[in-house]
Amino acid sequence: MRDWMKMAGIRSSEITDEKLFRQRRQLLQASAAAGVTGLIAMPAMAEGKALNQPIVKSSFSTDEELSTKETVTTYNNFYELGTDKGDPVRYADRLQTEPWSVTIDGECAKPGVYTLEDVLKPHAIEERIYRMRCVEAWSMVIPWNGFSLADLIKRVEPNSRAKYVAFETVVQDDLPGVKRNVLEWPYREGLRMDEALHPLTMLAMGIYGEELPNQNGAPLRLVVPWKYGYKSIKSIVRISFVEEQPVTSWNMSAPQEYGFYSNVNPERSHPRWSQARERRLSGDTGGLSALFASKSDTLYMNGYAEQVAELYQGMDLQKFH
Amino acid sequence: MRSSAGGSGMSSTVEALRRWPVLRWQSVIKPLVFTAAIIPFLFLLQALFSGSLGPNPIDELTDQTGTLAIRMLLISLALTPLRGLLKNTWPVKLRRMMGLFAFFYAFVHVSIYLLLDQQLDPAAIWEDLAERPYIMAGTVAFVILIPLAMTSTRGMVRRLGRRWASLHRGVYLAGAAVVVHYVWLAKGDLIEPFVYLAILMVLLGYRFVRLLR
Repeated sequence: MRDWMKMAGIRSSEITDEKLFRQRRQLLQASAAAGVTGLIAMPAMAEGKALNQPIVKSSFSTDEELSTKETVTTYNNFYELGTDKGDPVRYADRLQTEPWSVTIDGECAKPGVYTLEDVLKPHAIEERIYRMRCVEAWSMVIPWNGFSLADLIKRVEPNSRAKYVAFETVVQDDLPGVKRNVLEWPYREGLRMDEALHPLTMLAMGIYGEELPNQNGAPLRLVVPWKYGYKSIKSIVRISFVEEQPVTSWNMSAPQEYGFYSNVNPERSHPRWSQARERRLSGDTGGLSALFASKSDTLYMNGYAEQVAELYQGMDLQKFH
Repeated sequence: MRSSAGGSGMSSTVEALRRWPVLRWQSVIKPLVFTAAIIPFLFLLQALFSGSLGPNPIDELTDQTGTLAIRMLLISLALTPLRGLLKNTWPVKLRRMMGLFAFFYAFVHVSIYLLLDQQLDPAAIWEDLAERPYIMAGTVAFVILIPLAMTSTRGMVRRLGRRWASLHRGVYLAGAAVVVHYVWLAKGDLIEPFVYLAILMVLLGYRFVRLLR
């Protein structure tokens, strides 16, 4: 929870994009309103580095209004950097992403330690605009850059015993959230093999045509748009092909609240809060109009039911939630 | 007491100076505490109008006002034990004010929930009440605080007599309900709600031990 005292010192970052002018103006208004410009600290968020390869637009993209880059990069859950929504951007610099390598192991023909370059090199980068639904009942629309996880999986040739894919986030001991055991580190996630191979499932290395900012899970993260956001594990250092269903962090923390599948499902309430509706965080950050935005109904499978329903045919999704 | 020197300007100044230390302490503490308690609200307003509440201002305002209400309530509950500890009565003179601040922040918190978060949708509010234990716990706490705030005037204290004291013991239940509300709604990081729970247990434990003696 953000403290009110911190708030006076917090101001969203300066971002150079198409909204630069508008945001600059907002910032100036904010400074004027604050009275003391010195109070308004700029969090360290450098301008994103543009991706220097061609980006193919994907037909999987939604045409809904994009959440602003400011919203997507300043309101995050990344508990290794802190539990407050503003902590990930605040402490983004503490995450060391160079050099980066991903260990791929388990039931596959080509296990090994792959450098980030090795992982990314053969893949054409797409732009996929997905809805992202957090279990906390808010959602965003995010233009991810990356490629299908299936394409990487095929490269390392999993064998027939590979029934699941397990993922791990990096653990760096000096990250502010890692010093506290809010969750048991490393952060772990997993998918069933058919979910991992589904064409919607992607590995992202960018957003808005720029390198992924640290607070969004640099340099490489998972995006599974029909599942609650916590399934889309950030800053991946390990991908393992396994025979048994892997343990996952939120399920370990509260098994009755967070299941392995975690498909977005308005019919199955979280035991402590409703999942029937969500607040879309989209437009300009900080506008008073945001106070009067109404919630919208949450869609089954986050609106991707048509594409993914066959994965769960015959399964009781109340039980396997 | 006026000095025997009567109208002499010089000696009345001396007299005033002699009284000053006592006067200062008694008269300054209340406005000082009032200012300290209202400042977070002014910061929230400033953050609201300068657009620095972040991408989810409704959640931010709800969280902030809720936390402030709990803190004010715990402070108001700490003042009686503080009197015993300091062997001085000034803390209890702040009780009414801090209790009213707790109610003020709780009122803003509940108003934001009803007006902005649920947009006065009766079905959604009812579903929350019926299905979410933390909403019920918070509602219990707020409903208890309403009559306490309404009977906080001197006139009501006099009129209700003994019944006033029993009525206002309801604040213990409100304190328990509001901490439960926070523990039940928290996700992942339980440190802050558990700190409040520990403080509440110390404050209620103090009263319980006194009762046994």
